[in-house]
Amino acid sequence: MSVHLPVLQVVVPLLAAPLCAFLRNARAAAIVAVLASWTALAIALSLLGDVMSAGVISYAIGDWAPPIGIEYRVDIVNAWVLVIVATIASAVAPYMITSVEDEVERRRIPLFYAAYLLCLCGLLGIAITGDVFNVFVFLEISSLSAYALIAMGTRRRALTAAFRYLIMGSVGATFIVIGIGLLYVMTGSLNMADLAVLLPEVWDSRTVKVAYGFLGVGFCLKLALFPLHLWLPNAYAFAPSSVTAFMASTATKVAVYMLLRFFLTIFGAPFSFGVMALDRVLLPLALVAIVSMSLVAIFQVDVKRLLAYSSVAQIGYMILGLSFASVTGLTATLLHLFNHALMKGALFMALGCVVYRIGSVHIDAMAGLGRRMPFTMAAFVVGGLSLVGVPLTVGFVSKWFLILGALERGWWPVAVIVLLTSVLALVYVWRVVEAAYFRPYEGDEGDEGAGEAPWSLLAPTWVLVGANLYFGMNAVRTAQVAERAAEVLMTGVGP
Amino acid sequence: MREEVIIRVGAKFLAPFIIMFALYVHFHGDYSPGGGFQAGVILAAAFALLALVYGLEAVQKVLPLRFTRMCAALGVLIFAGVGVVTMLLGHNYLGYNALASDPTHPEHGQHYGILLVELGVLVTVFGVMVTVFYLFAGRGRRGS
Repeated sequence: MSVHLPVLQVVVPLLAAPLCAFLRNARAAAIVAVLASWTALAIALSLLGDVMSAGVISYAIGDWAPPIGIEYRVDIVNAWVLVIVATIASAVAPYMITSVEDEVERRRIPLFYAAYLLCLCGLLGIAITGDVFNVFVFLEISSLSAYALIAMGTRRRALTAAFRYLIMGSVGATFIVIGIGLLYVMTGSLNMADLAVLLPEVWDSRTVKVAYGFLGVGFCLKLALFPLHLWLPNAYAFAPSSVTAFMASTATKVAVYMLLRFFLTIFGAPFSFGVMALDRVLLPLALVAIVSMSLVAIFQVDVKRLLAYSSVAQIGYMILGLSFASVTGLTATLLHLFNHALMKGALFMALGCVVYRIGSVHIDAMAGLGRRMPFTMAAFVVGGLSLVGVPLTVGFVSKWFLILGALERGWWPVAVIVLLTSVLALVYVWRVVEAAYFRPYEGDEGDEGAGEAPWSLLAPTWVLVGANLYFGMNAVRTAQVAERAAEVLMTGVGP
Repeated sequence: MREEVIIRVGAKFLAPFIIMFALYVHFHGDYSPGGGFQAGVILAAAFALLALVYGLEAVQKVLPLRFTRMCAALGVLIFAGVGVVTMLLGHNYLGYNALASDPTHPEHGQHYGILLVELGVLVTVFGVMVTVFYLFAGRGRRGS
């Protein structure tokens, strides 16, 4: 069965989704979702192990040999992204059981899990497939289910937030499919490895450059790069807590992966950095995103929105790594994909615990929570420190490689900006810490409602917090994988 | 429109032909234009026509909302299930050659495979189309 692992990665959640829709019982659907997520993680880890030792794995869907048929092709980059998505899913799925019962209407819960599994299936599918049209199909699967998930938020504004995301997301997806169409017109192929061979012959044509532009704008919309990020804060702020935790740590990461895959593997680093000057376009955007969004985050009063703006800034760091156009820079990008997923997952899950107890994440409502919910707030503090980039947390590892990459290019002002924006992150994290630990609790002292969150929420949160610390102190393995993946991307040895 | 004899009789007369045509489009999909998606939409149109003429309640007695919702999920199971079956028969995912009854003519498997997979598409598209129609047509009733 192990030869079928690449396709099972997608098929397991795909089969589990309709199963959830059939079940009437919320708990039963939750168990299916948890088991499917854990299976996905097991498959992803085993694929990563295989790829590290044995090289690229290719799987022909329907026995049609590539480039005619759809090929699933796993190299270190894919396997790395698969592990990121599946890790977060495995931590968030058990967390959903309690959180979703609290926030989503009871009769919709099985359908909620069906949508979650479809979203997971789509994200894993984008990461694993070696066919560009297949990327678009999975992108639509994950996006459509994401709109539904966000719309299930408790407040009515969740609907407008989801609708806005739908409009922006559809524009992005349309741009991507136009780009793919133009590539198909020029080469007659949809297979990534095949495209990488065919495209250099038609580099000079304007159609290819237009395709590049369409794809670039589409991806940047999906990954919420600075001027195209407007859908993100509301979508994250009004979605159910567990959905925010899941989406914030997976959806934008997969979009960054798409960007890397298309621009570095298919078009190739020489075309992207040499002909199209991708690095010079992305560098200013990334810097503006980091600085301006960190500043905006400081002035937010809704902590979920605060973290959402911080996410846009963090995406800036990932794009910054890409704009160094070097192996070290890409290593930083790929590491930060994983590390940011861990920290934002932990932070949003800690906020979900707060929502479960006090029903609000307004910064004033969180006053005095440090004493009433010690474990939740401790998780938030560790996640926050990781976001700032304090040593012994994963955030430090990302920043280290970013600054290394900047200095390697001799761009020391960029390194200074990275360090200074860490201080901005410290400011917005500190505002929450100050409210939680240094302001008195404002509610009734005898109020039962604001005790510690149940262990069913705390355990998954602390698993991610633990991962933040573990991979912060033990970064050798993750850095090794990321570096090898970065080399694969830069040399363009087929997808 | 409940009082219009011509429309009532006409709709009743047309419905079986529309359903028949949907099945034709499905089963002939591998030789001529058509396939599961189109067949599903045509099949849903038959029930939409009946609902417009005879009212939503009458049609929902035959085709309850719960059933159409299940159809939407069932189709995905059929599609993905075909792939799992071919995998268990020792081929790759969705390798239809596995479905051939006579191993010397594996191309027959392609025929069965695409029909089964498209059947899954038909069921899901039919389910989703009718569900969407029900939800829009039923807006404002019982606050749903």
